[in-house]
Amino acid sequence: MGLTARDQQLVAAIQCGLPLVSRPFAEIGARIGLSESETIERIQALLTDGTIKRLGVVVRHHELGYRANAMAVWNIPDDEVDERGRHIGAVDFVTLCYRRPRHLPDWPYNLFSMIHGQNRDAVLRNIEHLIEQCGLGGIAHEVLFSRRRFKQCGAHYIDSQPRQVIVGGTRIPAGGQP
Amino acid sequence: MDTRDVAIINHLQGGFPVTDRPYAEAATTLGITESELIERLEYLLEKGILSRFGPMYHAERLGGGLTLAALHVPDEGFDRVAEQVNCFPEVAHNYQREHHLNMWFVLATETPARIDEVLAEIERKTGCRVYNVPKIEEFFVGLRFEL
Repeated sequence: MGLTARDQQLVAAIQCGLPLVSRPFAEIGARIGLSESETIERIQALLTDGTIKRLGVVVRHHELGYRANAMAVWNIPDDEVDERGRHIGAVDFVTLCYRRPRHLPDWPYNLFSMIHGQNRDAVLRNIEHLIEQCGLGGIAHEVLFSRRRFKQCGAHYIDSQPRQVIVGGTRIPAGGQP
Repeated sequence: MDTRDVAIINHLQGGFPVTDRPYAEAATTLGITESELIERLEYLLEKGILSRFGPMYHAERLGGGLTLAALHVPDEGFDRVAEQVNCFPEVAHNYQREHHLNMWFVLATETPARIDEVLAEIERKTGCRVYNVPKIEEFFVGLRFEL
């Protein structure tokens, strides 16, 4: 879309992570032929326009002791979904909240929320709180616990050499985690 | 993990300075030294507590395609189908979940058009109907995961 070739190179250069050195932006810049100040300026611009949603640590919930996660899905009337989505997203243990399409009759749910907890009971308690706090008592829902995680490695959107999607050892949750 | 690590994780989930000495700057806020911060980040990455230290991208702004999709896989064929799905380099992660739709995976492709092509390939290869549920709207959530 709007990315220049230089920005694509920059996106590729930092997608696996920032170098753990005193002046990381100088090192990134050196790899792609930008000065440190140009690199800083471009990264700030990408943060401002939202191409980079956030810079920082990406935690593995499981390794932090949050061993259970569930996708709680809700069948919300279309004219209420915006307001209810905002309410659900604002609750502190909800880590993701998306509107997605139904597939009737098999799949009637149009709002997806991700709930983490230290164990299954904690997740279920959180969902009860959520129902109470957001007045979801009359809303049909299901809770899909995860049983196994096969891959959490993540898309690399731009390869530094050929332009293709590769998947490597790290995860980029670019607004698309389930 | 010690209390210092917890402080680092809590603080750096919220953002990282984009300046010439960002580790030094973040370390000052945390009351530790630059080299200590770098060393702890190396440790947390090595232990797998952090999956990454860097940017989270807005996939659509980069011109890529991104979606969530689900399959119903009969129990007896689950592992075989999981392997088939995981082989696609576009499949970023994949969870078995407790539901009739028991496999849920995220697909990230170079272009939006590739999403439908890859889903069709997955359908053909696995013999399972794919339910595609792309994001229509994202509701803001606090990104911090307090420890």
